[in-house]
Amino acid sequence: MARHVVATVDDIAPGQRKLVQVEGRDIGIFNVGGEFFAIANRCPHEGASLCKGRVVGLVESSEPGSYQFSRPGEMVRCPWHGWEFDLRTGKSFCDPRRTKVRAFDLKVEEGAALVEETLLRAETFPVSIERQYVVIEV
Amino acid sequence: MVAGRPSADNDHPTRYVGAIDCDLHPALPGMQVLLPYLDDYWREMVSVRALDRLNLSLTSYPQNAPLSCRPDWKPEGYAKPGSSLEAMQRHVLDRYQPRFGILNCLYGAQVMHSEDMAAVFCRATNDWIRDEWLSRDPRLRASIVIPAHNTELAVAEIERRADDPRFVQVLMLVSGEVTLGRRQLWPIYQAAERLGLPIGVHAGSAYRYAPTAVGWPSYYVEDYVAQSSAFENQLQSLISEGVFAKFPGLKLVAIESGLTWLSGFIWRADKTWKGVRAEVPWVTRAPSEIIRDHVRFTVQPIDAPDELAAIMRLIEHLESDALFLFSTDYPHWQFDGDGALPSGLSEAVLQKILYGNALATYPRLAKANHAMEVNA
Repeated sequence: MARHVVATVDDIAPGQRKLVQVEGRDIGIFNVGGEFFAIANRCPHEGASLCKGRVVGLVESSEPGSYQFSRPGEMVRCPWHGWEFDLRTGKSFCDPRRTKVRAFDLKVEEGAALVEETLLRAETFPVSIERQYVVIEV
Repeated sequence: MVAGRPSADNDHPTRYVGAIDCDLHPALPGMQVLLPYLDDYWREMVSVRALDRLNLSLTSYPQNAPLSCRPDWKPEGYAKPGSSLEAMQRHVLDRYQPRFGILNCLYGAQVMHSEDMAAVFCRATNDWIRDEWLSRDPRLRASIVIPAHNTELAVAEIERRADDPRFVQVLMLVSGEVTLGRRQLWPIYQAAERLGLPIGVHAGSAYRYAPTAVGWPSYYVEDYVAQSSAFENQLQSLISEGVFAKFPGLKLVAIESGLTWLSGFIWRADKTWKGVRAEVPWVTRAPSEIIRDHVRFTVQPIDAPDELAAIMRLIEHLESDALFLFSTDYPHWQFDGDGALPSGLSEAVLQKILYGNALATYPRLAKANHAMEVNA
């Protein structure tokens, strides 16, 4: 496992996402209202790019006719068949135990701290001390 | 694949001893038998309006269509197939010796456009079933015939019968006035759940709409074959509208629905649910799981060239051997000889289909069965 700087915070506006490549993997970085999440970009169903999906809220119900809406923007729907995945965990809504997409640990860190770090993989990413960066562990 | 018993056993009528036949059709011979159960107003209306001259058999089962009666079960002359208790005893009850047989009376009462007339004739039909069938053979049980298009009157009829434990189910047609999941029908489901009565949904239409989804057919064969798509539509409606979420104790029995369509249907329903489930968020489980918990199917007709393989494939696909209920569909012509079930079923599966699944589906049968075993 290594830590990778993949974006500046400013690269991905709230509600947007960015596709990055880390160690040969396609990973989607999602900004949900200022909070960042990283999931593998491949839907476990038939391999569609989840980064091309729409982000939606969580819809639940206590009984027919009741619609409970929460966690706006925290789910991504696969662009091909509409399966919903929780951006926090990678678990699908319909079959969370068996159908999930890998979620990666992600941190937002200050450039000042990152430039001190020797194990950091940031070859493609010049880090400057005055900015904030999205760092994931892969 | 399971090991079968010797085929000689399988083809013998003793194979069905103790079974529960979940689909027997007593034919109401004509309006005249209902007259004693009508009040003065309706009795006069029958006469003045010449209602007794109408043949109120359901159009879904024309009397002379080959499917409507097995040739060797046909009565003499012009009598309606299934109109004689003695014939039903000879052909099914005494031959196969089921412990119970459930009567599903298919008569025009339940589809009449006038809600009041429908309610009155349904009530009289249930009275007639009680007096002419249930009271004359202790093995018989019956479904309550209701005017499903008036929920209030339907619930009243269900409650009127509820104290008689021989009424074990509520009968509806697969094609009525609205899709079966609609909330206007929920009081019927609520009453059924509360009173321990599964909803039996039988093939057949009230013909408020074309019986196919694509328009009016020209021929009987189109109508009959299309019944299975009506069942698909109704299962999808019941699941999507949340009937089983609202009434977790409700059981539904699809009667004469055919079976082979089920495999493709659950695959399609599950797959589509995963993509659009947010519009029906109360559907929190795959449709196939909901069907497994709430819906049962009578086994005739099976509609497959290799019936054994078809049943075993469905058991595997639905991951349950609890879904299928024995039925002869008497007097409809679904099988010949004594082959009401295919040969080669394992003893365990056979027992579940013959009676175990029915006892788990019908609380009133389980209670009566328990009483019989205690007294035996």
